[in-house]
Amino acid sequence: MIQYRYEGEGVEGFLRRGPAYPREFHLRLFREMFRIRLIEEEIERRYHEDQMKTPIHLVIGQEATSVGCCASLTHDDLLYSSHRTHGNYLAKGGDLRAMLCEMFCRANGCVGSRGGSMHLIDKRVGMAGTSAIVAGAIPIAIGAALAAKMKQEPRAVVVFCGEAATEEGAMSESLNFAVLKQLPVVFFCENNFYSVQSPLWTRQPPRALWKWAEGYRLPSVQVDGMNVLAVYEATRQAVERAKSGGGPTFIEAVCYRFRAHGGAGDDTRTGYREQAERDAWDALDPVALHLEYLVSGGLLSHTDRDAMREDIVAEVMDAFEFAMNSPNPVQADLYRHVYAE
Amino acid sequence: MPWDEGLVNSLVYDAPDPSEGRVLSYVAALREALDLALGADPAVFVLGQGVDDPGSMFGTTKGLYEKYGRDRVFDTPLSEESMMGVSAGAAMNGMRPVYMHNRPDFILLAMNQLVTHAAKFHFMDNGQTTVPMVVWAAIGRGWGSGAQHSQAIQGVLLGVPGLKIVMPSTPFDAKGLMLAAIADNNPVLIFEHRWLMKKDGVVPEGLYTVPIGKGIYRRRGRDLTIVGASHAIELGLTAANKLAAEGIDAEVIDLRTIKPLDIEIIAESVKRTGRLLVVDTGWAMGGVCAEIGCLAAEHWLEHLKAPVRRIGLPDIPTPAGFTLEQFYYPDVERISTTIRDLVRTRSTIPVS
Repeated sequence: MIQYRYEGEGVEGFLRRGPAYPREFHLRLFREMFRIRLIEEEIERRYHEDQMKTPIHLVIGQEATSVGCCASLTHDDLLYSSHRTHGNYLAKGGDLRAMLCEMFCRANGCVGSRGGSMHLIDKRVGMAGTSAIVAGAIPIAIGAALAAKMKQEPRAVVVFCGEAATEEGAMSESLNFAVLKQLPVVFFCENNFYSVQSPLWTRQPPRALWKWAEGYRLPSVQVDGMNVLAVYEATRQAVERAKSGGGPTFIEAVCYRFRAHGGAGDDTRTGYREQAERDAWDALDPVALHLEYLVSGGLLSHTDRDAMREDIVAEVMDAFEFAMNSPNPVQADLYRHVYAE
Repeated sequence: MPWDEGLVNSLVYDAPDPSEGRVLSYVAALREALDLALGADPAVFVLGQGVDDPGSMFGTTKGLYEKYGRDRVFDTPLSEESMMGVSAGAAMNGMRPVYMHNRPDFILLAMNQLVTHAAKFHFMDNGQTTVPMVVWAAIGRGWGSGAQHSQAIQGVLLGVPGLKIVMPSTPFDAKGLMLAAIADNNPVLIFEHRWLMKKDGVVPEGLYTVPIGKGIYRRRGRDLTIVGASHAIELGLTAANKLAAEGIDAEVIDLRTIKPLDIEIIAESVKRTGRLLVVDTGWAMGGVCAEIGCLAAEHWLEHLKAPVRRIGLPDIPTPAGFTLEQFYYPDVERISTTIRDLVRTRSTIPVS
């Protein structure tokens, strides 16, 4: 039985009623999604070698949310996130080599091997913090938005969370406070229907999440999280609202996780979701769909696509090589930064 | 008026000598610290349930929102977890929040953000951010505070890396440690004690800080070392002064800060006196008493003339009723009895 069906309109459906974007913008979004996909597949391919001694949470299938969202952000805008960080970090402009060094537990990882896959942080590009507690980063992001407002800094703060975060009290508390203080924050909720292997229906009564959020009296929308353009458009409006003093926005991006909650491979066969459902969403692959649109519209040829792939693969291979040849931390590193000076 | 105001008002402390300087109450010293910090640094802000109400957090925030505005001194929703996270997030982005609770019991709602987030970010992001925030609460005692309004949770938090824990015992320290905590670039918890709030003391005007992580001798003596902080060391000092008439010469160390712990000052004293009594306002099991007792066993055993003694709370929740409270809490008499016992005991440990 298919528990969760796609109810979106597809890229072309969206574009029929939405704005027209320049070719360069389309290509940029596609390339970023394609790059994340290829990086994730390479991580997955090598994971069994046990050289990446870190729990991984792949974003394969969910590239459109990170890329569409971050396309509306600058490095001055802050992004906070949860445990599934690869897509966020890369889309926000994080350094691939530093990310892979973190995977391989090397000293020159983006956080010096203190974070692993779950805590990819680089403040220089506004990848400001992550939490392995599902709603954990949300109050922190609200605090960042409060600071921006108090200091009158024209920045937006986006916090990514899974739909299960709406079940933790911290999210309700944060929605309330963000609305109360009209803070420049975007709640970006990726609804992929499953928390590890628990389907949404075992955790929440039937309702639309964006409707639930709307009860806190903030603009709330549901977008097609498989469509990078729909995500971009919704986030762009929310970020504009935040930066112009219009307060917070809640975005529910409906998407689907193509892999297991953690680790390499798909775990659909364990039975918590049906293969038919998995297949149905596979046909909605955001990277493939966008490519299809670009090719059919004459915006990108297969040859161009192949050249793009070659270019990305070269970068990825170089980054893996760099990471695997990077130094391990030394014992003295353990004792640093427990307390700030 | 808070319901325990009558009780706190009835407590009697030695009056300070006005010739030594300006005398302020504990509450006024704290209020002055917050006022000075808000005035000196626009990054400082004060939040908490009731910081701008007529009670104004026992008077410690009185008049501050009128002076600095409700953007910088503001009431919060009853959302302890998120407000702790909001404080941390603001601190990570250039602000210096002071998040006030009228009891530590409410901090337990916020343990996720305090322990798992605020205390860890500087380490987790390899020093990219600092989290300069102050979390303040006043431990309750008596007048039916009971199991859920009197918890002294410092021992629970003692083992959390990344936190600092401050427990003042005088108005001078309350102001100086508050200013030090606000200036510190780490999450600093300040546990005040409700019973110290009507204590007067000499408090200098203007900005000054008391160093975090350093204890101070309140009394020098030869026979034993009494170590602790906050209201527990107030009781310890009273007992020590009383026992001087019996010829017992106790040394009293006020730790001021229990994390980082000033191990040097305890070591220096214990090696001289050979006897150690640890006092704390929290549970004896697994807390400040247990930690310092263990340090003595680890490092100073050959100097000990008697087994370490500790006076904290029993491994029992706080009762609300008046009579049971009297059995529950240590007082000067109980501490005095333990001191007499301790100085008469000789260790059975063979000294090589």
